[in-house]
Amino acid sequence: MSQLTKIGLIAGLLISSLSYSQESNTDLGQIHGNFQTDFQYYRPDSLIGAPDVPEQFLLNGFMNLNYTRGNFSAGVRFESYENALLGFDPRYKGTGIPYRYATYSADDWEITAGNFYEQFGSGLIFRAYEERGLGFDNAMDGIRARFRPAPGIKITGVIGQQRFYFDKGDGIVRGIDADWNLNESIASMKENKTKIILGGSFVSKFEADLDPRYNLPENVGSWAGRATISKGKWGLFAEGAYKINDPSTVNNYIFKDGHAMLVNLTYSRKGLGILLAAKRIDNMNYRSDRTATVNDLLINYLPALTKQHTYRLPALYPYATQPNGEMGIQTEITYTIPRGSRFGGKYGTQIAFNWSIAQSLDLQNINDTTDIYESGTDGYTSDFWSWGEERYFQDINLEITKKFNRKFKLIGTYIYEEYNRQVIEGKTGFVYMQAVILEAQYKLSRTKTLRFEAQGMFTDQDRGSWAMLLVEYSISPKWFFAVQDAWNYSNPDPNRQIHYYILSFGYTKGGTRFLANYGKQQEGIFCVGGVCRNVPASNGLSVTITSTF
Amino acid sequence: MNNLLLILALIGSSTFLHAQAHLPSVDLQNLEGATVNTSEWENDGSPMVVNFWATWCKPCVTELAAIHEEYIDWIDETNVKLIAVSIDDTRNSMRVAPFVNGRGWEYDIYLDPNSDFKRAMNVGNPPHTFLLNGKGEIVWQHSGYAPGDEVELYENILRLSQGLEIEH
Repeated sequence: MSQLTKIGLIAGLLISSLSYSQESNTDLGQIHGNFQTDFQYYRPDSLIGAPDVPEQFLLNGFMNLNYTRGNFSAGVRFESYENALLGFDPRYKGTGIPYRYATYSADDWEITAGNFYEQFGSGLIFRAYEERGLGFDNAMDGIRARFRPAPGIKITGVIGQQRFYFDKGDGIVRGIDADWNLNESIASMKENKTKIILGGSFVSKFEADLDPRYNLPENVGSWAGRATISKGKWGLFAEGAYKINDPSTVNNYIFKDGHAMLVNLTYSRKGLGILLAAKRIDNMNYRSDRTATVNDLLINYLPALTKQHTYRLPALYPYATQPNGEMGIQTEITYTIPRGSRFGGKYGTQIAFNWSIAQSLDLQNINDTTDIYESGTDGYTSDFWSWGEERYFQDINLEITKKFNRKFKLIGTYIYEEYNRQVIEGKTGFVYMQAVILEAQYKLSRTKTLRFEAQGMFTDQDRGSWAMLLVEYSISPKWFFAVQDAWNYSNPDPNRQIHYYILSFGYTKGGTRFLANYGKQQEGIFCVGGVCRNVPASNGLSVTITSTF
Repeated sequence: MNNLLLILALIGSSTFLHAQAHLPSVDLQNLEGATVNTSEWENDGSPMVVNFWATWCKPCVTELAAIHEEYIDWIDETNVKLIAVSIDDTRNSMRVAPFVNGRGWEYDIYLDPNSDFKRAMNVGNPPHTFLLNGKGEIVWQHSGYAPGDEVELYENILRLSQGLEIEH
């Protein structure tokens, strides 16, 4: 542990005792934060493919400590990986304070020094964010200034370097964003029923060119413009982005420029919601290190327009945007059959339908002598409106929720999915999957509830079909017990037709939770928000403690 | 091992720390895109519930659906207001308006697509619920959701509306 870490901790403790002893009579400010520790004990299990863990048990932990007083706030995050849990990048190693900041805000401006997270528009050219549960963190380290020169106008400027595990990337990222709410800033539009917000951003990265082969751009600029228009039940959001040529490992060092387009149209009234979304991504991999891959040093965020399944079996096949290029469409309809009608019953019946598809771009050679994606060339051309032939992903799903009485509620789900493993995971094969899930919730009393899940996921590819049963018993507001078994009954390898059982126990008090799992976890992709990580199979005990204070 | 002891010391000391008394100041957008500062949320002296949720979080949706069935009665009896802060990022934040309206939810919905408010409130994983009294002071919180948790939440809302202290 570094000297700095120790000083930070001791200072934190001192301030905390001060704020406690002073109660609220004199304003010494407040200390607040949260922490989480994930501990896992691993048992060797070669049958399920669990890797050997020489340390036997591993621990991830972090604690945020924030201090606020009036317009001033400052904070640190202490992180510990002794060693990092399986599935996390092993470059998370040891203990330290990789995140610290100080912010001062006045009426119409604010300045932050140190680490910060920020997003311009939908993130197509800039997003600094964290998903702690997945080990994703590309926090900026530098300076951010916000300025509100007039009502409805907000300008944000950022400069800094990106977090890279316990280090920083060499590249410098700088950007500016303006957001203009017309209704708030133009007097004659205040009462207007049509709400219009416009925005624009510019981001540039600097990275020295040390490449012996090519003359690479050292400053890579990108622009984006967006509009949000809403009127009554209708809403429209559109954002377009452009990036100059940015040869990198991910795009095989082609000198093509990049484009991204995201359009989203919604209609909703009470009981009915409709969403229609479309996107086109073309060569938009954008990192502050052109050799970085996977989730490292990403400057932008390209959202996947697909539904994120939360049931354990269908969650094994999640989609992730292909930054080199894809076209996609998503539509979703949510409808509540009204209370009192024949199918609505006493409480109303909910139906949610979702369809999404992602497909390759239509790539053409730039000339007769150059291959598509040939390094050192412009790579390819592609028509904006034509779809490529390769299917990346398709998902059609329907969910019906019906409450029968005060005690009993059923949720039925059907999912059909096409999943291009080669494109999404870099493994061979294409998976066609169907899943059927029935969930029942039965209230034994005001606080005691039994919940069942029966899941079936049927496929002839990959590991074959699965069946799963879960029983959960909860006593509100504190206790929770569950047992589940996922059985890979049609695995092509008869020795791997394994039961993955898990016993769970949870305890909650106020802002603190304790959760323990014992059993076998199958290998799979685990996603939160927009990020996914591959979690290896494991057998053993895991304990998670979280608290907000 | 020393590190572990330090962590434990910190955890121990945290029990004595004072959590935030009021909502921190963060700009969030509502479903029409208008920006509202969280420190300006108020409910005319009646209690407020601030709930962190996401469309992909199953217990969150179960919780908000359960409260939805009783919400009209809650308002009648206590004038409470529930503010549901969606931490969905851009992947899902555009789904929030049709998602909420299609279910008929009548909460005040705000979007926190880069988790700025979640961070300012020190929330780990959703769902996470805070209860504020009529003066806007945070007096109670609960992490996670099990069916029936809304009963305890409502008992506390009732106590607040009757001018009583919350039992911890």
